Amino acid sequence: MLPVTFTSNMKLSNYSLKQLLTGTAFVLFSTLIYSCQSSPAEQKLPILGSREPVERSVDGKTIVDTVYHQIPDFAFVDQDSQQVTQETVAGKIYVTDFFFTTCPSICPKMKNQMLRIYEKYKDNPNVVILSHTIDPEHDTVAVLKDYAERMNVTAAKWHFLTGDRDSIYDMALKYFIGVQEDSEAEGGFAHSGDFMLVDHNRHIRGHYHGTEQEDVDRLMQDMDILLKELQDEKK
Amino acid sequence: MKKSRLVTGFLGLMALTTLTQCFTDKQNQGQKLYAQNCQSCHMDDGSGLRGLIPPIAKADYLQTHRDELACLIRHGADGPMIVNGIEYNKEMPGAHQLGPDEITNLLNYIQTSFGNNNPRYTLTEVTQMLEACPVPYEAH
Repeated sequence: MLPVTFTSNMKLSNYSLKQLLTGTAFVLFSTLIYSCQSSPAEQKLPILGSREPVERSVDGKTIVDTVYHQIPDFAFVDQDSQQVTQETVAGKIYVTDFFFTTCPSICPKMKNQMLRIYEKYKDNPNVVILSHTIDPEHDTVAVLKDYAERMNVTAAKWHFLTGDRDSIYDMALKYFIGVQEDSEAEGGFAHSGDFMLVDHNRHIRGHYHGTEQEDVDRLMQDMDILLKELQDEKK
Repeated sequence: MKKSRLVTGFLGLMALTTLTQCFTDKQNQGQKLYAQNCQSCHMDDGSGLRGLIPPIAKADYLQTHRDELACLIRHGADGPMIVNGIEYNKEMPGAHQLGPDEITNLLNYIQTSFGNNNPRYTLTEVTQMLEACPVPYEAH
């Protein structure tokens, strides 16, 4: 009885060992592959939002294209009374957020973080920042101009946008940013502190918590990836 | 005899722990109040927002306007203000709900943190300052 058990145990442990080795080899191999794939040079950012397959026929064959969520055309006015439209950001990548100048809660932190982005990319012609006010009634061109001048930022790089209230709120939805008037909220408006990264095709490529330094670090890394993609495409 | 000394020692240790606990809590009150009332605008490190919200860290204003700070915290500020040579002009909301003891702890935290090394306030001092806040503040 006893020897038999012994042998079967031996077999079992042999079998396990083989399995273990194979398993380890597999894990090592996949790690190798994975680490190669995710090297920074090869990294590609996802396109956020809904996507729809659109069928079209070419020479009798059906071809399926994927249509990604895209930021529609827009027209707002910045702190220099200049029209800012989709043409302003054409061929560039941009970071956008929604705020208001009298906001006592999260906006100062958002603006402090956005300043880091401004400082890092202020000499890069391929980067633009768009900050929309959600309180256009108070935040007129003059108020935004004073705000930007005090922060010592130029309108060529960082546009503070105002305009028709409904158009601004509709745009926020297109960027998936929640904004609403709320008398309960501090300052009378409730909004998320998100920063959205948008590419040269006006596709959203990332969203970040604009009040958190680590997440804004991640945003700047992603901007570098996106800038590289832009460079490669321009070649 | 030996046992009673042990008990006394134990009780003494308990009392000391409780006292230290209270002391520690009071020490942290200023920091907690800062986080609740000031941090979102003046930032974690007291640096403020460039050109828009004045810094607290190494701000000359804390020394030059030392006697006005208690009223400023309670009633807020409006109109231009020069801090470290830069003009700021943004409304600061008042923290009306804070009592003199809380404002004292908050002020002492501000005056001794973020690289500041200014004299502390006593509760009596702050209470007197608050009682003498300028009349226009009443409108707020």
